[in-house]
Amino acid sequence: MARAGTRQARPDSAARLRLRVRGAVQGVGFRPFAQRIAARYGLTGFVQNDANGVLLEIEGAQCGAFLAALEAEAPPLANIESVDVEQIDARGDCAFSILQSAGGKTKTRIVADAATCPDCLEELFDASSRFHLYPFLTCTHCGPRFTIASSLPYDRARTSMANFPLCPRCEADYHDPHSRRFHAEAIACPACGPRLDADVSTIVEALRQGAVVALKGIGGYHLMCDARNEGAVASLRQRKARDAKPFAVMAANLASIDRIAAPTPAERALLAHRATPIVLMRSTDALAPSVAPGLGRIGVMLPYAPLHHLLFHAAAGYPSSNDWRGAAQGFVLVATSANRGGEPLVVDDHDARRRLSGIADLIVGHDRAIVARVDDSVMRIVDGAPAFLRRARGFVPDPVDLKTEGPCVVAVGGHLKSTVTVARGREAFISPHIGDLDDAESIRFFEESLRRLLSLLDVEPDVAACDLHPDFFSTRFAEETNLPLQRVQHHAAHVGAIAAEHGVDGPLLGVALDGYGMGDDGGAWGGELILLDGARWTRLGHLAPLPLPGGDRAAREPWRMGVAALAATGRLHRARNLFPDAPLAGQLAERLRRDAEPTTTSMGRLFDAAAALAGVCREQRYEGQAAMELEALVRTPRHMAESFQLSGGVLDFSPLLAFLADERPGPREAAEYFHGALIEGCAAWIEQEARARGLARIALGGGCMMNMILAEGLSDALRARGLSPMLARAAPCNDGGLSLGQAAIARAAFETGGVRKENAACV
Amino acid sequence: LSHGAGGRAMSQLIAEIFHAALDNEWLRQGNDQSIFDAPKGRMAMTTDAFVVSPLFFPGGDIGSLAVHGAINDVAMSGARPLYLSASFIIEEGFALADLARIAESMGAASRAAGVPVITGDTKVVERGKADGVFISTAAVGVAPEGLELSGDRARPGDLVLLSGSIGDHGVAIMSKRENLEFECEILSDSAPLHGLVAEMVAAAASSLRLMRDPTRGGLAATLNEIAQQSGVGFRIDETAIPVKPEVAAACELLGLDPLNVANEGKLVAVVAPEAAQALLDAMRAHPLGRDAAIIGATVADDRRFVQMRSSFGGSRIVDWLAGEQLPRIC
Ligand SMILES: [Fe+3]
Ligand SMILES: [Mg+2]
Ligand SMILES: [Zn+2]
Ligand SMILES: [Zn+2]
Repeated sequence: MARAGTRQARPDSAARLRLRVRGAVQGVGFRPFAQRIAARYGLTGFVQNDANGVLLEIEGAQCGAFLAALEAEAPPLANIESVDVEQIDARGDCAFSILQSAGGKTKTRIVADAATCPDCLEELFDASSRFHLYPFLTCTHCGPRFTIASSLPYDRARTSMANFPLCPRCEADYHDPHSRRFHAEAIACPACGPRLDADVSTIVEALRQGAVVALKGIGGYHLMCDARNEGAVASLRQRKARDAKPFAVMAANLASIDRIAAPTPAERALLAHRATPIVLMRSTDALAPSVAPGLGRIGVMLPYAPLHHLLFHAAAGYPSSNDWRGAAQGFVLVATSANRGGEPLVVDDHDARRRLSGIADLIVGHDRAIVARVDDSVMRIVDGAPAFLRRARGFVPDPVDLKTEGPCVVAVGGHLKSTVTVARGREAFISPHIGDLDDAESIRFFEESLRRLLSLLDVEPDVAACDLHPDFFSTRFAEETNLPLQRVQHHAAHVGAIAAEHGVDGPLLGVALDGYGMGDDGGAWGGELILLDGARWTRLGHLAPLPLPGGDRAAREPWRMGVAALAATGRLHRARNLFPDAPLAGQLAERLRRDAEPTTTSMGRLFDAAAALAGVCREQRYEGQAAMELEALVRTPRHMAESFQLSGGVLDFSPLLAFLADERPGPREAAEYFHGALIEGCAAWIEQEARARGLARIALGGGCMMNMILAEGLSDALRARGLSPMLARAAPCNDGGLSLGQAAIARAAFETGGVRKENAACV
Repeated sequence: LSHGAGGRAMSQLIAEIFHAALDNEWLRQGNDQSIFDAPKGRMAMTTDAFVVSPLFFPGGDIGSLAVHGAINDVAMSGARPLYLSASFIIEEGFALADLARIAESMGAASRAAGVPVITGDTKVVERGKADGVFISTAAVGVAPEGLELSGDRARPGDLVLLSGSIGDHGVAIMSKRENLEFECEILSDSAPLHGLVAEMVAAAASSLRLMRDPTRGGLAATLNEIAQQSGVGFRIDETAIPVKPEVAAACELLGLDPLNVANEGKLVAVVAPEAAQALLDAMRAHPLGRDAAIIGATVADDRRFVQMRSSFGGSRIVDWLAGEQLPRIC
């Protein structure tokens, strides 16, 4: 856990040491922990929270042992970034005490929310505990943090627990340094804490009957239903206006997950991470068919709030022994963000009744307010390690280490899967996943996220960063900040995000395989080979352009890209034939015969073209459906000679598209040839440029890297060529990572004096 | 008409073309200005520049467009347009036959509207310095007593009326530009709206807050402008907005959102809710308002968002684009 750099003079056995501990060290049980180890080594002195973290003074013979233990045994939620040690004069006090917090401008931070810890779970199901079956039990090792905190420093008065005066027993625990709840700011018990609106038995009964239940959780409301009940899942889909996009499910424990999916050891480990993300894994199709139609993969998570455990306990028939907790349970819940058609997650009880009444049969809230809206994180294991598809609960607001100091930047991201990033010092703080900025609720959430980040970090930005696209809401927002503004090309930002988290600041070769981003020339880019050097990006190569008929409509209707591929390969006469169910196919072909402008170099649209030609998907019901369905068909990518041409920096898959159009292989065969060609073609393309420039590290970014076959196949192919591929790990490879890349590039530009206030000196 | 650069003979030829086409008592006097009686009350004045490619399109051309555009800008204040001026920047080498066609069309539009062009000017510029012909028109009109229409007068709770289908003009231009063929030809809606406005003023003058013609940038830009000026938000209903099926089909093929497409013969009115029905009836009784509809309402919103409920129940922001419609989906 700890990334500790201990800077110190050698501890002199008789002296007193002053220790300054930085990182995520407040509200995690750090002070009682320090007191325990001080007692163990017979030391005197004190520990105190202050604006910079934790300040300690220790005195006694075994200060060295104390220092070793401080790092080795730190509490689970602590993240020690550094310990500065200074020798001072001995004082000879007679005890080790915990002092009141000192005030001051904060450099400390709030830690992320964490799943209920094993100790709390024991108490939850221990009939002799006062926390028995209490849905809001927490301790310093677990529970809500970021989602209930309104400002820093993190103490109860500045959280949504402020309205719950402690009962005498909680008060005693709170002040008892030997308790796991010493300064547990969210401490509560049935006598004094929040209450659920409904009985757990009522909720579980409703779920069993096939109802859709809106349940207030940690970062927002979930919509839940019985994942085995096709009628329930189908009605949830229909009411949520989400007709095909996969739902995530929650299962009681790992044994239960083994009945519905086939997680690898790495996926099992990720499921049990204290952030409890949704983990994508191979489905064994044991649930209702409409949970995740046609993909072969499913997103699964474990219970993370006490209430979730109580639901499974109730569903198991309220067993009094604890055996059920390790045993497989048949009861599995669909657990999806409670919102309608792309709006942000519902967090507020009043809002829930207003916005969810048409969706949920039962709405269950509670009186602990959610201050910060945070969706479930979504991750998967790719190329042997975890990566994000959506970074939110359990990870926010943990920063990404940028390895070097820099100015304060606010980066606003793109348009879809929006996040914002604030960089301060050597850290980048990425907001929770916000969503698509095309409705008023999402835009308000965007603004609120940014305000909240800036206030929690207590900073004034020096520079803003945004996309080149003039019509993104985020771009306009950045323009209105009146800060010096760095506009960052979309794909440079995709590469920059990877450079930032891997600490690369020299020249880096990166490929962005993506859907769409506005190019430096205003064009529709999306399959780009980019040289990034600090703040400068150069487009070294791109995919051969295909017509982009109808802009965003082409992204929603892959058959259009199918016709575009026919245009690019001189086969327009076959459009009506190949796309008989698209009434506009003939007309579109006519149009492309006269004029094949505008074009795109997008890899995402190339996927759409292949999916359309392969007959896999002609109209998408959710973003990325065609590419996901194509990927799901692949068992092993197949290689075919001469499936692409490489000339200059232009990578052209026309031969492959012509093959798909002429030979009409079956969908699986088509998908396998397509993926095989992409891997071979991209590897050759990248290798050529890497050799020419003597660069070995390759950033692989962009939304298409969500495709596992491509990400892993291309990584392997590059390693086989002696190159070192790097995938996005700290932020999503899709547009959720743009703000991080923008921030990194704007930092570099600011350092070199390249960012100015913009003015309009010309028309 | 006076004339600038260019050979004397050519200048005279051009002047004759316009004189013949626009002929009226003022132009016949041959002065550099025209004198007319100022009516009592407040006057409205507007000026507009017209740059369009192609110059001739189904349903109109740059000449009729320049007449309608200026008339409509005056009419949106509730005023009755009286006179027009016109000036022309003509690229050297532009075919006289085309110029005559444009002049004829202007004359016809001006006569049909009952608003004469009473003064004008032409300049010929070197080849490459203009794209065929640019026209600038100005209009003056007289505003009815006590009528105050202004972009800042929309209040929360007002209703939004639209006089007819959207997207016709922009799609007609684009189909021509792209050589698209549809089963039934899409015509520009270019038309003078002062007659329709007069009916509305007669029906419920005191309930009219403001009117706008959603030209460049389409309905989306117009609603956003009003939202900014009045400090309100809009909630509009996608299903209530009339779009001709052939326009919808063309937009689908071209990947355009009709909300962002230009109109040249439509108006948007923001009105007090109690008079909305009476105004709607008055509009529907006029040939240019047959398809008029109530498309939404103004709401209190400090962010001034224009939001549209879509046919499947979701709600999205209707954006004000910087230029052409660009993709957004990554
Ligand atoms: Fe992207
Ligand atoms: Mg105007
Ligand atoms: Zn705990
Ligand atoms: Zn209590």
